[in-house]
Amino acid sequence: MGTTLTAGDLRKGIKLEIDGEPYIVVDFEFAKPGKGQALYRCRLRNMITGSQFDRTYRSGDKFTGADLEEQQMQFLYHDGKRYHFMNTSSYDQLELIEEQVGDAVNYLTENQMTDMLLFQGRPIGVSLPNFVNLKVARADPWLKGDTASGGTKPITLETGFVLQGPLFIEEGETLKIDTRTGTYVERVK
Amino acid sequence: MGEREILAAKRARLELRAQVLNSARLFFSERGFLEVQTPLLAFELAPEPQIEPIPADEKGFLVTSPELFMKRLLAAGYEKIFQISPAFRRGERGRRHHPEFTLLEWYRIGVDYGALQQDCRELLTTLCRGAGRDRGWFYQKRWLEAGEDWQVLTVREAFREFVGWDPGLDSDETRFDTDLVEKVEPHLGFPRPCILKDYPANQAALARLKPDDPSVAERFELYWAGIELANGFSELTDAREQRRRFEAALEMRRQLGYPPYPLPEAFLDSMAHLPPCAGIAFGIDRLVMLLADADNLDQVVAFPPE
Repeated sequence: MGTTLTAGDLRKGIKLEIDGEPYIVVDFEFAKPGKGQALYRCRLRNMITGSQFDRTYRSGDKFTGADLEEQQMQFLYHDGKRYHFMNTSSYDQLELIEEQVGDAVNYLTENQMTDMLLFQGRPIGVSLPNFVNLKVARADPWLKGDTASGGTKPITLETGFVLQGPLFIEEGETLKIDTRTGTYVERVK
Repeated sequence: MGEREILAAKRARLELRAQVLNSARLFFSERGFLEVQTPLLAFELAPEPQIEPIPADEKGFLVTSPELFMKRLLAAGYEKIFQISPAFRRGERGRRHHPEFTLLEWYRIGVDYGALQQDCRELLTTLCRGAGRDRGWFYQKRWLEAGEDWQVLTVREAFREFVGWDPGLDSDETRFDTDLVEKVEPHLGFPRPCILKDYPANQAALARLKPDDPSVAERFELYWAGIELANGFSELTDAREQRRRFEAALEMRRQLGYPPYPLPEAFLDSMAHLPPCAGIAFGIDRLVMLLADADNLDQVVAFPPE
């Protein structure tokens, strides 16, 4: 059971449980006529579906804080349908479908450590370090004099994720990737 | 940025703030007002349903406004007084709210809220001139200018025009406050300030009712660029009626589950000698925010809360 919150606790980043689902306040504004009631205008994002809506609360409104927990978990393997993770201290395992893993599927390699977000014990999201190192699975050879492509070419990583990178990148090299933007940072020697 | 860089970058805005305070002091002293200082630590306050004090000391509060002290001075024979004072309100934190803020309050005997509206026109013209804004300027991409020919709307007219219901017939305060914030305020005060006046009698606070229409109070708010800048009234001078209103406010607080306070007996006692008068509270930080074309209050105080 989450903690009880009042409208006065609302601010950006606060997580609430509404109709059994976790929401995060992504935008917040306090408004109040000098002698009138305070209005707490919130934009809320459903932390499972990502959908957003606006709602105005008033002083006296009460909420339940969302019961969220973050656990360090290691990615074990992908069996074609499900992604398997393990808590490295308790050895508890859990499995997620691709939609639950979200963008992280682009960067997950075996043994990668992740932060798993759990709502009432159920996994709802996986977050990765800001930077990960991934091997290049495929990159077209660099043809000298090819300037039509604007200095970049498509590169396929070991996870199957395709991004744009410099012309000099070759198969088998390791690249540093920014997981927040999905972009190439540099070669790793 | 570290704190030193943030503070250094605020210099122009802090200079503007100082300019506004100096101009305001000069404005009132030239007109024969006495500058007063009243306590920030108070032991009684006006019970209001929607204003929460910050407790201090064992039985005290930080003042939510210097109003009661100022009126006790009027009751003792001071005719024209002003004060620039910090005020404190618990839980008010947003782009346009700080729990600690600066009020300019002035009070005059022998006049009603009409005289205060004229004071506002002259004051804003003076403060804008002092800030180099007398020819107008863009606030967040919208043109503002002081001028003296302001729109004056009654609350009833504003609600009919922008909301479509008559607050004189409906006393639902939650609906009133919500529609005021969401549907009325955004229209008020472009490009010149706007006076919204004659609030429903149930929102009179410490204002007297209009002698020829007791369904409304002689209370007005000054708006500019959709932002509430000041709240003034013809003051209620009837101690018995004031006590009844305070008791009603305390009862409403009880129903809402807010903490009780004692009645402000020293103030109620002084009301026996309170002459007909009018007074107003004006938010200095918000005016500086407008003049500085700043999006929020944090940019116009050196040290924002938290």
